[in-house]
Amino acid sequence: MDDLRELYQEVILEHVKNPRNKRTPADANRHAHGNNPMCGDAVVVHLKVNGQGVIEDVAFDGKGCAISVASASLMTEELMGKTQDEAKALFDTFQEMCTKDDATVSAGVDEDTLDRMKVLAGVREFPMRVKCATLAWHTMNAAMAGTDNVTTD
Amino acid sequence: MSKVASIEKIAAGDNSTLAFDVERVRADFPILRQEVYGRPLVYLDSAASAQKPRQVIDAMSQAYETTYANVHRGVHWMSQKTTDAFEAGREKVAGFLNAGSADEIVFTRNATEAFNLMASSFSRANLGSGDEVVISAMEHHANIVPWQMVRDRLGIVLRIAPIDDAGNFLLDEFEALLGPRTKLVALTHVSNALGTVVPVKQVIEKAHARNIPVLLDGCQATPHFAVDVRALDVDFYIFTGHKVYGPSGIGVLYGKSEHLNALPPYQGGGDMISSVTFEKSTFKAPPHRFEAGTPPIVEVIGLGAAIDYLGALGQDNIAAHEAGLRAYAEERLARVPNVRLVGTAREKASIVSFVMDNAHPHDIGTIVDRAGIAVRTGHHCTQPLMDRLGVAATARASLGLYNTRGEVDSLATALESVSEIFG
Repeated sequence: MDDLRELYQEVILEHVKNPRNKRTPADANRHAHGNNPMCGDAVVVHLKVNGQGVIEDVAFDGKGCAISVASASLMTEELMGKTQDEAKALFDTFQEMCTKDDATVSAGVDEDTLDRMKVLAGVREFPMRVKCATLAWHTMNAAMAGTDNVTTD
Repeated sequence: MSKVASIEKIAAGDNSTLAFDVERVRADFPILRQEVYGRPLVYLDSAASAQKPRQVIDAMSQAYETTYANVHRGVHWMSQKTTDAFEAGREKVAGFLNAGSADEIVFTRNATEAFNLMASSFSRANLGSGDEVVISAMEHHANIVPWQMVRDRLGIVLRIAPIDDAGNFLLDEFEALLGPRTKLVALTHVSNALGTVVPVKQVIEKAHARNIPVLLDGCQATPHFAVDVRALDVDFYIFTGHKVYGPSGIGVLYGKSEHLNALPPYQGGGDMISSVTFEKSTFKAPPHRFEAGTPPIVEVIGLGAAIDYLGALGQDNIAAHEAGLRAYAEERLARVPNVRLVGTAREKASIVSFVMDNAHPHDIGTIVDRAGIAVRTGHHCTQPLMDRLGVAATARASLGLYNTRGEVDSLATALESVSEIFG
């Protein structure tokens, strides 16, 4: 039960009840669809990236489990206003955090950001659920790279 | 006085009938003594794959330890012994389905391969552009995707027999789909996601009235009740070993002799030929025509042992045990706050799908897992069915011959803790 409480923390449940940036911005210029073939979960990530490579807006839509929805919601909060390079550093760090006990933190990721992202680190104890946590991030990465579709397989 | 006591003793026992003692059955399955996260394993995922009794494990170990060799090849003692055991397995499968002959039993590596065999060989013999194959809204991907591949190759048309919101198969709507271009009806016998039992006897009568052959997917029927292919008069019937308490790696295609004789080979290779020259090869008669290469030898022996096991327990006894358990589970789970059953057809096998208002099936699966309970969560390889029912996924408790009411209670309690977490 302790592992479960660690996974389903209050912060996560709160994001599930009130997901941030769950919308489709009219002026977004990058999009990608992500899906998890194992469970059928699907997410769309929209980005508005300006000429300087700064993420001016980020939003998501889709349906999924608590872990994937909370992760997408948290991700949009972290990415707002970041540059593409900073987004990539966050993506790499988050990936590490979800899979390794001694995660390598990419350069430029500050302590506060790290603490906020850590609420999802509990998935490490649930290997079958890591893909749920990383689906939105992979999809964001694909949108950034101009690839429309990504699956977690 | 003593008479009353003895009656009470029987009544106070488990849910077992005198004919079916579930505790004795459980003792046959070594894995059920396993603990998961320090809790007794509650295995409610037999529809994905059933556990194996000691009798199956021993039969396979013994084959490997005493007589193992390749089949249909050597003149030596070992090969002869193994070939005999392998072909005895074919006889057992024929008996299990009440087929007219063991020559009507084709072995594949799983049910999916049997569907691909059908899609490949049947389409080459019988299908052309504009011809129609009727499937249903409840099919497993294994009975959808191979036909879509035929469609893309030959330009056939797939027609989808509908269901109602409860998951009942709609016989009249099905019949209306049958037309002059319908060349095959390919339906599930029992829905893996909902448990619906399709009225296959009427389906077959209606199709045969128009000279249309019928293929049934029996993967979820064969574990639960006796299937008689001759009484059904079904043309083709597919099932898999690992869901009837046998090993994985072995699937079965039954086909009436006149149909199998008319089909071209599926894969080419050794064991399926009569003669080979560089100019030309000729092929064996069925079933060997469809069994290229070294077959799943010990898996067939294991499947034979599983069939013997089901026969010894009595398939009618198993069906009665599971019917009681399903009724209990549906009633018990429906009382858990926030739980809604998905699939409430009039006739069902012991598969109970459900969703919760406040939790996604994936989260349900993770939480009950920590209580030692294995359920399936997701789309169950039936994405079009999930779309039809307006759900992304469900959680599914599938009840097998070794499950008990106590295990259903454990699931209900674990589902209550899901609601505690999600509020």
